Amino acid sequence: MKTLMAFLTAAVLSATASAQQVAIVGAKVFTQTEQGVLESATVLIRDGKIERVTEGTEVPAGYRQYDASGKVVTPGLIGALTSLGLVEVASWAGTVDATAEPTPISKTGAALDVSYALNPDSTVIGVSRIEGFTAAATTLSDTHQLFNGQGAVITLGTGAPLIKPKAFMVVNVGSQGADGFGGSRAALWVALEQALQEASEGRVPGPESPWYGMNTRADLKALKGVIAGETVLYMEADRVADIRQVIAFKQRHPGLKLALLRATEGWRIADELAASKIPVVLNPQMNLPGNFDQLGATMENAARLEAAGVVMAIGMDTHNIRLATQHAGNAVANGLSHEGAIASLTSAPASILGVADQIGALAPGMRADLVVWSGDPLEITETAEQVFINGEPIEMTSRQSRLRDRYMKLYETTGNPSSHYIRP
Amino acid sequence: MKHTPSRVAVLAACALSMLLPGCSDNDAKQPSQAEKFSIDSNPYPSTYQPIPGSPTVITNVTIIDGIGNQIEQGMIHFANGKIVALGDNIEIPNGATVIDGKGKWVTPGIIDNHSHLGVYPSPSVGSTADGNEMVSPVTPGVWAEHSVWVQDAGFSRSLAGGVTTLQVLPGSGNLFGGRSVVLKNIPNRTMQAMKFPDAPYGMKMACGENPKRVYGQKGGPMTRMGNVKGYRKAWSDAQDYLRQWERYEADYDAGLNPKPPKRDLDLETLAGVLTGDIRVNMHCYRADEMVTMMDLMKEFNYQITTFHHAVEAYKIADKLKDNNVCAAMWADWWGFKLEAYDGILENVPMVHAAGACAIVHSDDDLGIQRLNQEAAKTWADGKRAGIDISMADAWQWISANPAKSLGIFDQTGSLEAGKNADIVLWNGNPFSTYTKAERVYIDGGLAYDLNDSISWPVSDFEVGQPTEGDAK
Repeated sequence: MKTLMAFLTAAVLSATASAQQVAIVGAKVFTQTEQGVLESATVLIRDGKIERVTEGTEVPAGYRQYDASGKVVTPGLIGALTSLGLVEVASWAGTVDATAEPTPISKTGAALDVSYALNPDSTVIGVSRIEGFTAAATTLSDTHQLFNGQGAVITLGTGAPLIKPKAFMVVNVGSQGADGFGGSRAALWVALEQALQEASEGRVPGPESPWYGMNTRADLKALKGVIAGETVLYMEADRVADIRQVIAFKQRHPGLKLALLRATEGWRIADELAASKIPVVLNPQMNLPGNFDQLGATMENAARLEAAGVVMAIGMDTHNIRLATQHAGNAVANGLSHEGAIASLTSAPASILGVADQIGALAPGMRADLVVWSGDPLEITETAEQVFINGEPIEMTSRQSRLRDRYMKLYETTGNPSSHYIRP
Repeated sequence: MKHTPSRVAVLAACALSMLLPGCSDNDAKQPSQAEKFSIDSNPYPSTYQPIPGSPTVITNVTIIDGIGNQIEQGMIHFANGKIVALGDNIEIPNGATVIDGKGKWVTPGIIDNHSHLGVYPSPSVGSTADGNEMVSPVTPGVWAEHSVWVQDAGFSRSLAGGVTTLQVLPGSGNLFGGRSVVLKNIPNRTMQAMKFPDAPYGMKMACGENPKRVYGQKGGPMTRMGNVKGYRKAWSDAQDYLRQWERYEADYDAGLNPKPPKRDLDLETLAGVLTGDIRVNMHCYRADEMVTMMDLMKEFNYQITTFHHAVEAYKIADKLKDNNVCAAMWADWWGFKLEAYDGILENVPMVHAAGACAIVHSDDDLGIQRLNQEAAKTWADGKRAGIDISMADAWQWISANPAKSLGIFDQTGSLEAGKNADIVLWNGNPFSTYTKAERVYIDGGLAYDLNDSISWPVSDFEVGQPTEGDAK
């Protein structure tokens, strides 16, 4: 709230200023467009969209001005893989829409659709929003079936959440996927091919036609989106052998749009990944041999993938997706370029998810989702000072900051108050 | 730790000579006494040997000494495993290795007082899941050191993150989870070779959700009130057990020939807490539960050394201070269960500001590699909230305070003359995302050198695998 008030105070409201025209003035701006990084620039916003980014600090008449000199501006960050809006408390505290038990509607998990399950009031969204995350890919984390349902790209603003429904679908093709499907990749991959084969054959049979496939009719409809390349298939794998299978899969199915999840040993075949144009979503901190799929884990994975030309998004978490900036910064400490790290949080996930025309860059006509940072966004001691979503400065409070303020006030109180829960 | 003859030794002596007094079955020969029975309190002793070092002086370096001071362009001298001197301008002895620390920082080695390395190692598979003896809610008689797998690659990764000492704890499934062990972070063939010589034992306890979730359908406890009854019953039994041993001691010392009480390994650990020899580490998230636990400790007259996780410590920081209980916390973990729902970013600095003992812990094989960053994050969040703490004071969260909580602050946890030379040379400000530990010294020996890949430890598990010896 404090920051919002500061913004309103700082705003120069001329008689002609439209509430819908905002200028953010003087920051170092990461545009994530061909304009690159501008050392001192002005971002002009009109009607919730980016109007343009200009070098220098000149502002045309009629704009509310926000002084951001000495600050850094980036596009709003995008959580590359989360369950935001689908989970409030993960364990033993009520319904978690991010996990599902098998039901008759789906036999392969493809049909499940998170679009129906999103809760914009989730405190996890509020907590993430004030740390610079303005959008996220969100999906189920477990369906006990082959596919983890249809994930969506959502805005973390307070309005209607969907930016792109049915944006992507996760399938684990590593040990975890095999363990959930007969205990062997020898079963898993045949099932995956069969599931897609069924979906690629003609129309989805109506209720009058008998159907004995491994998918339900609802699964087939969902997989049609994958076949058409409209729903990105996120293939989760760690070890080289599995990643090679993903590359071979892409060659068998050139029409599918694929991304690789985790890719812990991806660096070992980075050139092949780059050549097959498969982007990667990862957590660059994974450097332990957590199982036999991850023996080659190294903090340099991100840097080595970048050097080979692989497009990469960083950020896999839900309650603490806000730590993706630290993860990306640690990847920089281990060789990733700084610009590559900023891209991994903004333009790269937007392009992987097929929403690069709307979010992830400060290009004319795109959603005016952006963040004014106190300094380098990847530096752990810096912070998001003001977040804009749809061109509007958001209130920079969350349930967490409210709890902090409540208890800091308690300690400031002299004497021994009987209860601080009573509102004045 | 006192060394006393073990039961086995007594029996062996009897086997050699049935003529010795006390070995006869015939106790009628009063007043002659049987040999006094005593329990070996250190049956798995440390065999730790420091790696050799050479007298070293780091010059022109920013020093955080771990007790609240920051020295710009300082110097530090260590030799024979100990810190000799530090300050603005100290003498450089002949023959010392001199390292130019321009642009670099020196801090005490990081101490993590909450790790499961070795007991939940990498690879994390059923075969290696040795941290939680979830067969009964009361298992204080199990010892984490008997589960530690020294080939866990996590030890070397955390060494690269500047961790020089760590406490390995059992998990939190049980009300009483067992004993902890304090290790020097020098990977070696055996647990004993890593064991911190003479560090006191700790014992793990757990509040709240975990025990009732694990045992709710397995005979209980299934509620928080059931948890508390479980603690009280165990402490009551331990008091009784301790009285039996005290009576045995008193009777023996009075010249009688009493029969020693039957040993009970669970109660033995609890009795060790009641006598002040074993330190209580209690997993507890909620403020109200922590306060109840502090009443419990007064009821049974023991001390809780540290609440671990303590996500709501900020709500009762004043009471933690009053009761002299540390809180070991994460910078920002929250929400994974309801008792972690009220986590805030300023928990650590708020506890510190109230004058209580604040610790940043990891409980994680990735987090332990960057505890400096965990401290930095929460320090910066506190600063923005108006809690003004210096970086030098904040470093106490990951060195001095955990050392105090483990009972080893007389030896390590700060850079003071005479203390162990557990030192990290950072290649920049350790409160930055981009900074790495460049050199890590344990007892003055160079245990890790960022710029010398030969020095990077490789566990047996990693040998012969395709990426052995790679940068990790």
